[in-house]
Amino acid sequence: MRPFRYERADEVSAAVTTLVRDPEAAYLAGGTNLVDLMRLEVVTPELLIDIRRLTSDRIEELPDGGLRIGAAVPNSDLAADPRVRRRYPVLSQALLSGASGQLRNLATTGGNLLQRTRCPYFQDITTACNKRTPGAGCSAMEGYQRDMAILGASPTCVATHPSDMAVALAALDAVVTVAGPASERRIRLTELHRLPEADPERDTVLARGELITGVELPPPHSALRSRYRKVRDRASYAFALISVAAALEVTDGAVRDARIALGGVAHKPWRATTAEATLRGAPATRESFLDAAAAELSAARPLPGNAFKVPLARNTMVATLLELLEEAR
Amino acid sequence: MDLEIELRVDGTEHRLTVDTRTTLLDALREQLGNTSPKKGCDHGQCGACTLLLDGRRVLGCLAPAVAHQGADIVTAAGLADGELHPLQQSFIAHDAFQCGYCTPGQIVSAAGMLQEAGAGWPSAAAKDLGATDVVLDDEEIAERMSGNLCRCAAYANIVPAIAEVAHR
Amino acid sequence: MSHVTARPHAIGLPMDRVDGAQKVTGTATYAYEWPLDQPVYLYPLQSTIASGRVTGVDSALAEAEPGVLAVLSHLNAPTLTRPDDPELAVLQSAEVAWRGQFIGAVVAESLETARRAAGLVRVDYESRPPDVVLRADRDDLCSPVHAAAFGTGGGELQDGSPADSLLGDVDTALAASPTMVDTTYSTPMYHNNPMEPHTAVVTWLNGELLVRCSTQGVSMSQALISGVLGLEPGRVRVVSPHVGGAFGSKVYPHAYAVLAAMAARIVRRPVKFTLTRQQMFALVGYRPASIQRIRLGAGRDGRLTALAHDVIEQTAKAKGYAEQVAVCSRMMYAAPHRRTTHRLAPLDIPVPTIMRAPGEAQGMYALESAMDEMAIACGLDPVEFRLRNEPEVHPESGLPFSSRHLTDCLREGARRAGWEHRDPAPRAHRAGRWLVGTGMAVSTYPSPRFPGNTATIRVGPDGRYTVRIAAADLGTGTWTALTQIAADALSVPVGQVEMRIGDTALPAASVAGFSAGINSWGTAIWEAADRLRARLRAEHGGIAPPEGLEVSAEMAGGNPEAERYAMHSFGAQFAEVRVDEDTGELRVTRLLGMFDVGRVINPKTARSQLIGGMTQGMSMALYEHSVLDPRFGHVVNHDFAQYHIASHADVHAIEAHWLDEPDPHTNPMGAKGLGEVGIVGTAAAIGNAVHHATGVRVRELPITLDKLVS
Repeated sequence: MRPFRYERADEVSAAVTTLVRDPEAAYLAGGTNLVDLMRLEVVTPELLIDIRRLTSDRIEELPDGGLRIGAAVPNSDLAADPRVRRRYPVLSQALLSGASGQLRNLATTGGNLLQRTRCPYFQDITTACNKRTPGAGCSAMEGYQRDMAILGASPTCVATHPSDMAVALAALDAVVTVAGPASERRIRLTELHRLPEADPERDTVLARGELITGVELPPPHSALRSRYRKVRDRASYAFALISVAAALEVTDGAVRDARIALGGVAHKPWRATTAEATLRGAPATRESFLDAAAAELSAARPLPGNAFKVPLARNTMVATLLELLEEAR
Repeated sequence: MDLEIELRVDGTEHRLTVDTRTTLLDALREQLGNTSPKKGCDHGQCGACTLLLDGRRVLGCLAPAVAHQGADIVTAAGLADGELHPLQQSFIAHDAFQCGYCTPGQIVSAAGMLQEAGAGWPSAAAKDLGATDVVLDDEEIAERMSGNLCRCAAYANIVPAIAEVAHR
Repeated sequence: MSHVTARPHAIGLPMDRVDGAQKVTGTATYAYEWPLDQPVYLYPLQSTIASGRVTGVDSALAEAEPGVLAVLSHLNAPTLTRPDDPELAVLQSAEVAWRGQFIGAVVAESLETARRAAGLVRVDYESRPPDVVLRADRDDLCSPVHAAAFGTGGGELQDGSPADSLLGDVDTALAASPTMVDTTYSTPMYHNNPMEPHTAVVTWLNGELLVRCSTQGVSMSQALISGVLGLEPGRVRVVSPHVGGAFGSKVYPHAYAVLAAMAARIVRRPVKFTLTRQQMFALVGYRPASIQRIRLGAGRDGRLTALAHDVIEQTAKAKGYAEQVAVCSRMMYAAPHRRTTHRLAPLDIPVPTIMRAPGEAQGMYALESAMDEMAIACGLDPVEFRLRNEPEVHPESGLPFSSRHLTDCLREGARRAGWEHRDPAPRAHRAGRWLVGTGMAVSTYPSPRFPGNTATIRVGPDGRYTVRIAAADLGTGTWTALTQIAADALSVPVGQVEMRIGDTALPAASVAGFSAGINSWGTAIWEAADRLRARLRAEHGGIAPPEGLEVSAEMAGGNPEAERYAMHSFGAQFAEVRVDEDTGELRVTRLLGMFDVGRVINPKTARSQLIGGMTQGMSMALYEHSVLDPRFGHVVNHDFAQYHIASHADVHAIEAHWLDEPDPHTNPMGAKGLGEVGIVGTAAAIGNAVHHATGVRVRELPITLDKLVS
């Protein structure tokens, strides 16, 4: 780890200014991913600005019936919050399926969103990686591909986003509030993370210095049942090979509304809008679910080492929707 | 860059100077001579360094010491207060360890986990996410303890050791 | 004639571990944890190429870093006495034989500084394209050449066995067999991954070296380290009272202890060196990958007519480690025509080493999977099929077994597992979304005794006994089991016995490996106790004299009975699995093992070892897999987030039981080895259960969901 200075920020504006002025500065929240990457010298900040006290660590009711989650709320508190468990079970389930009890106690909401890919080549500075060093090349493309993306990848990067929480938030139409050099802005969660395109070094649309202050959840749909299903190599304490956050509303045997997001498939939480459109108005049957999954995955471009993710994603989507259908009966 | 910090470890106050790069784990092991928390991976992937930090279980290897000024830390050595903690006694009775290297982390994690369950926190094994009371069956305990790896694989003894204390 | 002379009293009791309180509080001292005055820290430099040579080392930036005391490389490293073991010849040349090999080290005042400075050293290379891929069709496969490190056979394989064996005419017999199975199985590279990383803490004191390291045998470490450094063995003391897991990877001191000793000599301060988890994937060995072809022929009576087991395995160009993968097929089943072969692919990869049940773990996976396929081909229940092929004597040597109660294990295990209710049809049983299946396999592991053990027992005037032997406790329960053995051998309560182990200041002992620990050390203790009792009786009227009395027993040889008997532990394992029909997710819902391990010294710690082995066997079957990048030659998934070992949630019902059958020939206690037999056969039992559940036969470990999803 390179030597660095440590400062605690008292005001958001001061923290943002420091980060904008000093290209070697970085924000520190829970540290569960950043400290790890610094030890590996994947990231090498010279100044850490501790922001844990800058943003709220509370979950508050919004006037419209939604919730506002402070960026400093630990993952464990968010998962255990009775309102979240009751109104947004998919979010609670996603959080609880991620990491471990110890990590969830340290990790924050904002930090979870901004965690970096666990691509093994990104994390190993002795192998080339465009995300780490733009233009250096991608070692994963012809390397170990098991955990790599099947949707939205580019010739420069095939990494996946590792967050479970973000997949649930994508399905829930969450909005991220951000403080920046100019003014606060609101970003839809599905637009926070980027596809790699030609510049995979940029994980998100955030500008230098912008700081996530919270996440807002719209009011829940009472008729919408939701759940998170995570498929991985070990029963617990492992990243997703495929995960599905799904919400389903069925009326008179037909799908009235469906929200689906996939994890483990892309550089960002993947909102399955094609599948959703296919489902809306269709009969709530296994055949419709299969059609919807196939429609979404027709865009999949797997690598030889992760071709299994296409049938796995299809089967997991269908199984999750069938479980929701069963639950609604 | 060195900074001076204060830590309360197993009930004793310490004032120490640490490099900003020093983690709580290394501060304890290298500077304070408390080697109860172990270093198994140094990347938050094994749980051997589990500490209670202000009452919550966390991983010492991912916590920069300078970011935890004034923290109250409990290790497995500190859980034994005059006599062994009930979890420690149960681990011995159930032979819930072999090499012992992951054991302090397992025990501290179990202590933190029991508090979490007592507070009604759910886990991924929850059958009813909305339930306010947690029933710690073997599946619940195993899921909640999955952040603590044991290569000797004493899992089949660790879960009953914890269950015995949980069900008292 | 029975040689069992045990007087069981403490033996057989489920005693709590004597070091239990230290371990649950974290106060048992592991190698890195000894308090030291003014220690310094070592961080190694590793090659980033897999083959070639170092052409330049620029350490100016690192040396300028405040707190850096030394930067070592082949350019300035002290010359070592040429060791027999090329793995230990650290920094002796510019050659690079695998990626991740030590090419230097930084020593500094703090851990953080040492690691940072290591990143500032610039190394230039002349690189050759790496050759790291194991394939059956390689044209450079070769016979192993004398890799023996253990055993007295002097053969080509690591355990002293010959590389090949042949009885009868296998090809003709196969061609004539009414039923034949010809299948190929593969097992990947596996890493031992004990929780405690390999560590050496080295202090030079008045020309003598004190090494605190995490080792399976202080005496062997002393011999190897002193040999490499050109010191009299007596000038090197190795201390290792507690070891945080090993599973074979701490039998040899590897290069890290030598590197730390070298650094300590240069900086003249105590040096602390522990590997990172990532470094462990390149520097402390692994179970080599294998490709195994098995051909079985059977008659209409369900009896094997021929058995051929041909193995191709990885090894390092740097050192020709050759594992005894097919040796299990030489003793497991009766068949008149039989053949085994071992061939190596020498690659630009790290040096392999022992990993729990070396050889048997992979070999029995293949053999027991093939036996399942053959049972199905013969239309026989797999338990019945094995009962029909049980040999009377060792099928190759013709020696009788010292004890072989496998048929009892099969019958009793089947009874406990509820096997008689099994419908053999695959894919016939489901529970909701889960396909459910059961499978079984056999376990075996040799039960050798090593030479080179001396035990010393001293009785004080207070009637307390101190037992000294440089044995090791890797979590195996040695502290406790040897206390029980000594108490019974001395006919005193365990409270009167104090054990001292894990230090070369104690009488020499063989390594904790090959399931030989209790057999080897226990026999020496037993002999010393007998001599002590005899002298007490003859010279002191049975009363400890005021000055105390000390007696030693040196057991220079192994077990003389080994020339007349084949000595092995056995077991039968039964697995129940569930496979999610949609996703291929797999859960092992039940594992049951029934073992023949002789007399059990401590049922509590024995059970822990057996279920630990079985759980590791499950982990081997389902999760573990070191992925070697063919372009770079390194293990890509080199940490615990990516190299998955079983965790809590993966473990459901696991039971280990044993027959109460002391072995009359292995040792005075009647015990056989049980440290390794638990991992043997588990993977096959699970694979066979997966076939029963799904109808899919996976012949390539690990059985990950991508091989089952459709």
